Amino acid sequence: MSPIWTLLFVVALAAIGYGAGRARAMRSASGDIRNLHSLPSYYGANAMLSVLVPALALMVIWLIVQPMFIETRVQQHIPPQSYADSGALSLIMSDVRRVADGLTVAVREGVFSVDDAAGLNSQSTDIRAALGSVGVALGSDVEPYVLKAAQEYRALSGTGQTLRSIAVLALALAGLIWSLRRTNRTFRARNVVERALLALLIMAASIAVLTTLGIVLSLVFNTVEFFKLYPWTEFFFGLTWAPSFGGGSELGILPLFWGTFYISLIALAVAVPIGLFAAIYLSEYASPAVRGFAKPMLEVLAGIPTIVYGLFALLTVGPALVALFGREGTLGLNWMSGGTAVMTAGLVMGIMLIPFISSLSDDIINSVPQSMRDGSLGLGATKSETIKQVVLPAALPGIVGAILLAASRAIGETMIVVLGAGAAARLSMNPFEAMTTVTAKIVSQLTGDADFASPEALVAFALGMTLFVITLCLNIFALWIVRKYREQYE
Amino acid sequence: MTDASIPSASVPDGAPSGRSSSLLTLDGRVRRRNAAERRFRMYGIGAVAIGLIFLALLLVAIVRNGGPAFTQTFITVPIELVEAKLDKTGNRDLDEIKKVSTFGYKPLVVDGLSVLLTRNGIDNVLTKRKDIAKLISASAVGQIRDHVVANPDQIGQTVEFRLLASSRVDGYFKGRVSRESLARDKNLDAAHLDIADALMARGALDRAFNWNFILGADASESRPEQAGIGVSMLGSFFMMLVVLALALPIGVATSIYLEEFAPQNRWTDLIEVNISNLAAVPSIVFGILGLAVFIQFAELPQSAPLVGGLVLTLMTLPTIIISTRASLKAVPPSIRDAALGVGASKMQSVFHHVLPLAMPGILTGTIIGLAQALGETAPLLLIGMVGYIASNPPDGIASGFLDPNSAMPAQIYEWAKRADPAYYERAWGGIIILLLFLMSMNIIAILLRRRFERRW
Repeated sequence: MSPIWTLLFVVALAAIGYGAGRARAMRSASGDIRNLHSLPSYYGANAMLSVLVPALALMVIWLIVQPMFIETRVQQHIPPQSYADSGALSLIMSDVRRVADGLTVAVREGVFSVDDAAGLNSQSTDIRAALGSVGVALGSDVEPYVLKAAQEYRALSGTGQTLRSIAVLALALAGLIWSLRRTNRTFRARNVVERALLALLIMAASIAVLTTLGIVLSLVFNTVEFFKLYPWTEFFFGLTWAPSFGGGSELGILPLFWGTFYISLIALAVAVPIGLFAAIYLSEYASPAVRGFAKPMLEVLAGIPTIVYGLFALLTVGPALVALFGREGTLGLNWMSGGTAVMTAGLVMGIMLIPFISSLSDDIINSVPQSMRDGSLGLGATKSETIKQVVLPAALPGIVGAILLAASRAIGETMIVVLGAGAAARLSMNPFEAMTTVTAKIVSQLTGDADFASPEALVAFALGMTLFVITLCLNIFALWIVRKYREQYE
Repeated sequence: MTDASIPSASVPDGAPSGRSSSLLTLDGRVRRRNAAERRFRMYGIGAVAIGLIFLALLLVAIVRNGGPAFTQTFITVPIELVEAKLDKTGNRDLDEIKKVSTFGYKPLVVDGLSVLLTRNGIDNVLTKRKDIAKLISASAVGQIRDHVVANPDQIGQTVEFRLLASSRVDGYFKGRVSRESLARDKNLDAAHLDIADALMARGALDRAFNWNFILGADASESRPEQAGIGVSMLGSFFMMLVVLALALPIGVATSIYLEEFAPQNRWTDLIEVNISNLAAVPSIVFGILGLAVFIQFAELPQSAPLVGGLVLTLMTLPTIIISTRASLKAVPPSIRDAALGVGASKMQSVFHHVLPLAMPGILTGTIIGLAQALGETAPLLLIGMVGYIASNPPDGIASGFLDPNSAMPAQIYEWAKRADPAYYERAWGGIIILLLFLMSMNIIAILLRRRFERRW
């Protein structure tokens, strides 16, 4: 029985359980709801949950464990001399799965009978041709051990599936009977159901922790793999980034760091003054009408997806900068040779960060107590003097926090740099040259058909780990500053 | 500061010494301070203006570059479906008709175009007669073949086809291709453009709204005129279904727990810290997570909208949780107290009273979270939703979730990377569609908030 059908049966049992639990409770109260401890629907819900929760939990666990178990059993059929490392083994295993799936298809299409499929051997039958005839294309002829492993795989997963269906349905049925036997008018159904609901709520809340754990584990495992293949000193202190999939790559992170840092710096140089002055103007000077128009308009910039900014950098800002600073440009400077450059990406990223800085600083400036402004104005200071000498110093920690948050956003930004910054890893001071960043290299190392076991692909996880750690530290620090500051005036 | 009682020695320079100044007459220093004030104010206005100018520039660039993608040049060509070529035996056997490949249709197109030219009195000035077919998209032969296979009874007749003009011709009428740029182009000559101009003048060639761009599938690198965003729109749609089905219940459950039930303990603190940090993790890191956990470990299919949806769910969860908690917080405690007072349990007071009242806020937050997920690109690159041609719409719901597909932002990225500038126009056009979706989602969110917002 396929998982879908098992699931449908369990759901049907749960529905029956709801009706039966409710009816049984009402009967035990002899039809008078006042004799019951809880509302009748709670007795129904209790029966329903008793069916669903254990059965589904078992099914999920089984679905995860069974393939792992079969995998280890089947691997025993593959002679160790036929593969060099774990990467080659996983390729063979995927062959095995393909052949096994192909046999299933062939049986369904009637090319083989069930017994045929289990007893085939590669000498007597051309498996590749037979599977090709039912639309399963294989890359090469089937090795005897692969066929044997595939047959074992099929047999095991067939047994596993039957066992799973039986176990899950039996558990569901047991849950139904158990809950119905417990149902009588003194049974505290509401308390039980509410406790179960609370457990579900806690589980949902724990997903956030699981996600972080997933991120950390997936980064750490692969990073450790990477450092087994490539020395960490060269990764962190190497000055060249030259991956070559043939081997002998130089994977130093420093040029990428420099590109990331340079682009973020330009972005912040654009965004901080504009964002800060916009925030000051909007919170201290602007009339409600101007504020009501300009603030949401600036925030539109924050809602635009980054791919749009990326395209804007690649196709509009880049060519415009070349027209200004390029060889035949208006300024005649010949500083820039291509549209993708640190300047392009930095400028556009700066535009993206303006609303980020302006709305955060706006909140912070607004939370400076009015009495401080009144005091300063009362002493005869002009508005700008009040802002410069009273409001900004008071808001400074918060603004620094906002800038740090923006910096972490800039470091982690991907699409703008992938499209706008170029692909060459360089250590150079010229902002009109193409450079690349950590995020852009993560994308380029992990897209395409790279072998996941090679250092050239695994380096992306080490890059991701570095990025994660840096942005996390920046965020925690920034949030700490902002929170500390907020408490001051509350 | 410029007070009369200040001894004249300490009067700052600029004020005429020895004479007491008045608040009513502006002395030099006050004038300087006022000028500084005005300057400061101008900086502020300037900053806001620069921000707004950037926004305007961005929108103008999008609309100006993307607008042309919505129209396409078509040529109406009378094509004689010659029996001798398409069905040699003449018995209209479908299998035999299908044996004629698209290559066999090419002469028909050339003949049809020649007929069109003579009918309109235009000279074929090309050196090679066959080159005239370059006016037409390479997809045309496929279109004619499909028509013939669908209507075998029309073989032998002359049928009028509305064929896509090739992307160079289309670009010429949109101002992207000029006669100078064709000098280095092997795909089309200036002579073709003369013919196209003449056809345009006589009405055989026209520019019309291009539904295929909105509804159609992606095309191969050499046929930008045929590419559409429809299939990747479906991919995005299925991803959003996954996000909605997972992120909304999980997000709401998490917020209810944290806001209404959670005791102050280590575990709760840990969850809180995690949520606020996840909100700030770069989106590319979620892509790495998706690659390592869903594809490498769980062995889910690559490029599937299901995986994309899972990754985006994890990414949107913090947004939804934060907004849901805010709207739960906004429900006044008196509601809870009243429910508890008439004998409801804590759980009942939350699910029967607090949650319905917080629902508009939750929905608003969810829509905004979905809009964010819809525009996100970086994680999709890592789970393989780029790098191929999303040419077939999914057939059925299961295939919609599991078969490789693209998503709108990934498709835009894919187009932006292709070499032919005709694809840039498509990329901008795709952005217009994407932004229209985002805009309508945000407007719905605002309307929801306006309609249901309650002031307590």
